Amino acid sequence: MEVKYQKTKGLTDKKLSYCPGCTHGIVHKLVGETLEELGMIGDAIGVASVGCSVFSYEFFNCDMQQAPHGRACAEATGIKRVRPDNIVFTYQGDGDLASIGIAETIHAANRGENITVIFINNAIYGMTGGQMAPTTLIGQRTTTSQDGRNQVLTGSPIKISEIFSQIDGVAYLERVSVTNPKQLIKAKKAIKKAFTYQKEKRGFTLIEVLSTCPVNWGMTPVDALKWVESNMVPVFPLGVFKDAGEKNV
Amino acid sequence: MAKVLMKGNEAIAVAALKGGVDAFFGYPITPQNEIPEYLSKHLLAAGKVFVQAESEVAAINMVYGAAGAGARVMTSSSSPGIALKQEGISYIAGAELPCVIVSVMRGGPGLGGIQPSQADYYQATRGGGNGDYQLIVYAPETIQETIDIMKESFDIADYYRNPVLVLVDGLIGQMMETVDFEKPVKKRFIPAKDYATTGTANHPGRNIVNSLFLDPVELEQHNLQLQKKYQQIKNNETKYEMINMENPEYVIVAYGTMSRICRSAIESLKEEGIEVGMIRPISLWPYPKAAFNEIPSGVKGILCAEMSMGQMLDDVMISDKGRHEIGFYGRVGGMVPEPEEIVDAIKNFKDKVVK
Repeated sequence: MEVKYQKTKGLTDKKLSYCPGCTHGIVHKLVGETLEELGMIGDAIGVASVGCSVFSYEFFNCDMQQAPHGRACAEATGIKRVRPDNIVFTYQGDGDLASIGIAETIHAANRGENITVIFINNAIYGMTGGQMAPTTLIGQRTTTSQDGRNQVLTGSPIKISEIFSQIDGVAYLERVSVTNPKQLIKAKKAIKKAFTYQKEKRGFTLIEVLSTCPVNWGMTPVDALKWVESNMVPVFPLGVFKDAGEKNV
Repeated sequence: MAKVLMKGNEAIAVAALKGGVDAFFGYPITPQNEIPEYLSKHLLAAGKVFVQAESEVAAINMVYGAAGAGARVMTSSSSPGIALKQEGISYIAGAELPCVIVSVMRGGPGLGGIQPSQADYYQATRGGGNGDYQLIVYAPETIQETIDIMKESFDIADYYRNPVLVLVDGLIGQMMETVDFEKPVKKRFIPAKDYATTGTANHPGRNIVNSLFLDPVELEQHNLQLQKKYQQIKNNETKYEMINMENPEYVIVAYGTMSRICRSAIESLKEEGIEVGMIRPISLWPYPKAAFNEIPSGVKGILCAEMSMGQMLDDVMISDKGRHEIGFYGRVGGMVPEPEEIVDAIKNFKDKVVK
C-alpha cells in the first residue's frame, strides 16, 4: 500500500504537551516539515523559549538549546556567530518575544543576525494561566485584566511585524495565521521562505503566526479559530511586511 | 615574547587570546572597557567572534548560546553589569557549560562609583543567580598572575563544564606592570565537547542544552550531580599562598589588591619587630579553608582586610572555626588604603587582643 501521508521527520515522536485545540501543534508541524523538505534537520539548532513552548526542545527533531525568558534571540546570536553555517531558529511566544525579550529580539534584527524567528502571537500568557500579554486586544478579558484590557492603563496591543518592518537588518517578515487550509498553506510558504533566506545568508527573518489559546480564552477550539479571524486579524493584519526580494544570483 | 609593560585590562584581553578564546560578547562599563576594546580589534582580525551586545543580559545569553554550541567563550563586565548577568550565569551553571567571566570590581551598591573595590565578594562566591550553583572564582593580585589565571581558566572551565569567574578590581584593571605572556600553564586533558549543539549531522543523537527538570526527582539528581562536581573542584582547584608564616604573632587574610597592600605593611611591621603572616586566597571559591589549619601555634589573632565592609570575613570565621580572635579592617567606596593604615590596624588589633 502506498503511503500518502506520514509525520514529518522534523519532529520527534514525543507526545506534544499543548492543550487540545491549540495551534502550537500545527506550527510545530509546519516548521518540522520545512526543516525536512529543505534538508536542514541535520544542520538545524533550535532555541526553545519560556512559555507554553518551553518543551519545544523535546519536539523538534534537531539539536536544541533552552533559553531564559526572553533571551532566545541573544542565545541564537551566540550560536549563529560561532556556527555560521548551521541553521539557527528560535520559537517564541508573545510574552517571551514582545514583552520581556523585545530588546534581545529587536537588536538581533537590527544586527541582521542570520537567524529565523517563529513568533507565536496568541494575545495571552498561556503557560502561566491566562494573564494579559503585550499583544492582548483592547477589551480582552484575561486574569490580570478582568474587566477587559484598558487602553488608558495598559496601552494597546503591540504590533511586532509593523515595528520590525522598519529595521534594515530584517530580510523577510510576514504575519500569517493557521485558521484554515488556505492560511495554513500560506503560513508554510512563509516559514519556508524565511528558512531559505537564512540558508542564503540574507539576514534576520521573522514569521509572526496568529495562534489560538482556547483554554485561556475560554472558547472551544473552533470558536477560537473564528475569534482569530474576526478579532485578531483586524488588529494584526496578515501579509508580507518586508521582503528583501529573491536573490539575484 | 619578551617582557612587556601593559595595562591590566589589555593584558586580560591578550591572555584571553592566548587562552584560545573563540568569541567575546560584552557591553561597555567602566572600569573594564579596554577588554572589549582590545578584543573588538584583535578577535575580528583573527577571524573570530566579537559582538557588542545591547545589554549585559543579552551578552551573557550570547555566551550561553555560543558555549552550548561548543565555542571557547567569554564576557567581561564590572559590578552592576555582573549583577545583570546573574540570570544567564545561573542558566550556564545549570546547563553545565564552560565559559570565562571577568569581573573588574568597582564601588557599590547601586551605581556606586567607578573606583576600585572588593565589595562583590558575595556576588562572586555566593552568586546572585537562583539555585544551588557555584562559580570557580579566582582573585589574582598582580597583572602577571591575572594573565596566568586567565590562560588556565579556559581549560578549567572546559574540564569541569563550569563557568570560571576571574575577579579583579579597577586598580588591577587600570594599572600597568611588566608581564610575560609565555609562562607555561598546567596542561590538562580536555574532554571532547560531545554535548555541543553543532547539528545532528555532526554527532550521534540529538544534543539538548537545558537547565529545566520539571520532575523533582530528576532535578534533585541533577543537583546532587552538580554537588559531586563541586566537591571535585574543591579537591583539585583550591589555590592560596602563605606569606611570612614561619613564626608570626598575627595573621592577615587578604586577597587581590588588598593583599599587595598588606605585603608592604608586613614588611614595615617586621622592621618594628612585629611578625605578621598572611593567608592569601587565590581561589575565593573554592575557599582555601585548609590554609587555616596550617596557622602555626602561638598566633594571637587573625585580621581580615578587605576593600569591603567585611564579606570574605564570613569565610575567614567559617574556616578558622573559632580558634583565634578575629579582627577586620576595611575601606570602601573606591578608597584604597595605604600600607600604614594596615600597620595601624594590626597595632590596634594587637592592643585589643592583648587587653
